[in-house]
Amino acid sequence: MEIDPFIFRSSIFILSIFIGYYVVWSVTPSLHTPLMSVTNAISSVIIVGAIIAALAGNSESTFNTSSIFGFIAIILAAINIFGGFLVTQRMLQMYKKKKDKKK
Amino acid sequence: MISANLAAIFYLVSGILFILALRGLSSPDTSRQGNYFGIAGMIIAIVVTFLSIGNFSTSLVYVIIFLVIGGAIGAFIAFKIPMTAMPELVAGFHSLVGLAAVFVAIAAFLNPAAFNLGNVGDIKLASLIEMSIGAAVGAITFSGSIIAFLKLRGIMSGAPITFSGQHILNLIFGIGIFVLIFYLCKTQSANIFWTVIIISFLVGVLLIIPIGGADMPVVISMLNSYSGWAAAGIGFTLENTALIITGALVGSSGAILSYIMCKAMNRSFVSVILGGFGADNSTDDKKDKKDQKPVKSGNAEDAAFLMKNASSVIIVPGYGMAVAQAQHALREMVDKLKKNDIKVTYAIHPVAGRMPGHMNVLLAEANVPYDEVFELEDINNDFANSDVAFVIGANDVTNPVAKTDPKSPIFGMPVLDVEKCKSVLFVKRSLSPGYAGIDNELFYKDNTLMLFADAKKMTEDIVKNLD
Repeated sequence: MEIDPFIFRSSIFILSIFIGYYVVWSVTPSLHTPLMSVTNAISSVIIVGAIIAALAGNSESTFNTSSIFGFIAIILAAINIFGGFLVTQRMLQMYKKKKDKKK
Repeated sequence: MISANLAAIFYLVSGILFILALRGLSSPDTSRQGNYFGIAGMIIAIVVTFLSIGNFSTSLVYVIIFLVIGGAIGAFIAFKIPMTAMPELVAGFHSLVGLAAVFVAIAAFLNPAAFNLGNVGDIKLASLIEMSIGAAVGAITFSGSIIAFLKLRGIMSGAPITFSGQHILNLIFGIGIFVLIFYLCKTQSANIFWTVIIISFLVGVLLIIPIGGADMPVVISMLNSYSGWAAAGIGFTLENTALIITGALVGSSGAILSYIMCKAMNRSFVSVILGGFGADNSTDDKKDKKDQKPVKSGNAEDAAFLMKNASSVIIVPGYGMAVAQAQHALREMVDKLKKNDIKVTYAIHPVAGRMPGHMNVLLAEANVPYDEVFELEDINNDFANSDVAFVIGANDVTNPVAKTDPKSPIFGMPVLDVEKCKSVLFVKRSLSPGYAGIDNELFYKDNTLMLFADAKKMTEDIVKNLD
C-alpha cells in the first residue's frame, strides 16, 4: 500500500518543530528581538504561494479575483521580507564586543 | 522550467538555510552570517518558484513590480524605524504575515486549479481543511497583531478591555470555526469560507483586547507563533516543503519565547490569555496608604557623589529608559564612571521592555558592548557585592514584594535582587506603580535614594556632576 504524501509532509512538519525547539533554545536571550524579526522575515516565504496565485492569471486577463489576492499578498510579504531582513541586519550590526571599540 | 522534484529539492535547501539562520543567533558573532543564510534561503525559494511556474508572460512583470513596491516600503521602514519602536514594528510585521496567509488561502480557494488542488466546488478534502485552517489562523494573527500594534503604539490604551461572557463568547467562536470548517468540507460553499475568515478576524480582536500592557511580551511572542502556524497551514495546502519547515520553526520559536516570558513573570500561559492583568482599578486604596511612608529622595549631585565613590555599579534598565530615550546619555555616564576605574555592568530582566530582548537591542544601539550586559540568572548574585544599583526605567522587575508577599499578584516572579546592593539609585518620575499596578517596596527601603525626574534629563545631569 502506498503512503499518502500528506504523511510525508506531516513528518517534515513534526521533525521541523523539533529542530525549531532545539535551535531556538540555543538562541542567546540578548538576541531575542532579532530572533523575532528574522522569524518574521522567513515566515514571509509564504510569498511563494502569492506568486503562484498571481501568475495563475491567463494571458488574456492578468488580473482576476484570485490573482489580485495574489498580487496584494506579494506586496504584504515583500514588505515583510525586506523589512524583516534589513531591520535584523541593522540590529545585528549594533552588537559589538568590548575589543572592537576604539579606546 | 524546472521539474517539480528539482523544485522540491531547492525548497528543502531554502528550508535548511532558514534553520541555519536561526542557528546563527546562538551568538552575536555568528548572527550576521546567519542572517545572510536567511536571505539566501529566501532568494532561492522565490527564484525556484518563478522557474517552476515558467510563466514569463506580462503577469511576471507585474509580479516583479509588486515585489519591488513591497520591498521598497519594507526597506524604507527598516531604515527609518527607531530601535525603541521595535515592538510595534514586529507586531505590525506579524499582521502582514497573517494577512498574506489569508489572501493566499483565498486565492487558492478561488482558483484551486492553479495550485493543483482540484477545481472550484470540488477541492480536495485535505487541501480544503489545510487552507481553511491556514486562513483562520492567519486571520487571527492579523487582527490580533493589529490590536497589539495599536496598544504598543499607544493609540489604544494598554489597559485590558474585558466584559462579562467574554471567554464564553471566545469559546463559542472557536468551536464555531471548527463546525463551519466541517460544513465547508461537506458543501464547498464559498459563503462558509468567508464566514470562517470573518469570525477568525473577530476572534483575533477578542483574544488580544483583554490582555494588559504588562503582558505585551507574551502577546508578541504568541502572535509570532501564530504567524508560523498560519504559514505552515498554507505550506500544507501548497505542498511546499520550505513553507512547512519555516512555519514549524517560527511556530515553535514563538511558543518558546512565550514560555520564557511567562516564566519570567511567573504567570501561566492560560492566565495571560484570559487577560485582565494590569488593570489599575483595584490598587487605588493601597496607594493612599503607602503614600505616607517616608521616602528618601535626592538629586543628580547626590547620585553622582554616590557613584563616584563606588567601586562597582550595576545598571538596571527598563522600559522607562526606552520611552525617555535615555540609553545614549546612560552610555555617556557609564563611560565617565569607567574612566574612574569603576566596574560597571548591566542587569537585564527577561521581561524588561515590551518584547523579548528589547533592552539588549537598545543598549547595543547605544554602543554598549554586549559582554557587559548580563541576564538575570547570571548577575543576580552580584548585587550583594556591589556598591550601587542604578535603576533606570525599570520597576516591577526589581520589586522585593515578589519574594516576600504571597498575596502580591507578582509573588513568585523572579526579580533582580537590587535591594541587596549597598545603595540603590532609583530614577523615576513619581511614586506611581508600574504596569503590574502594585507599589514597589524598594522605594521605601533605607538604602534607596529616589531620583524623581525624567530618565534622560536625570542621567544627563549626573553626567555633568561627574566631571
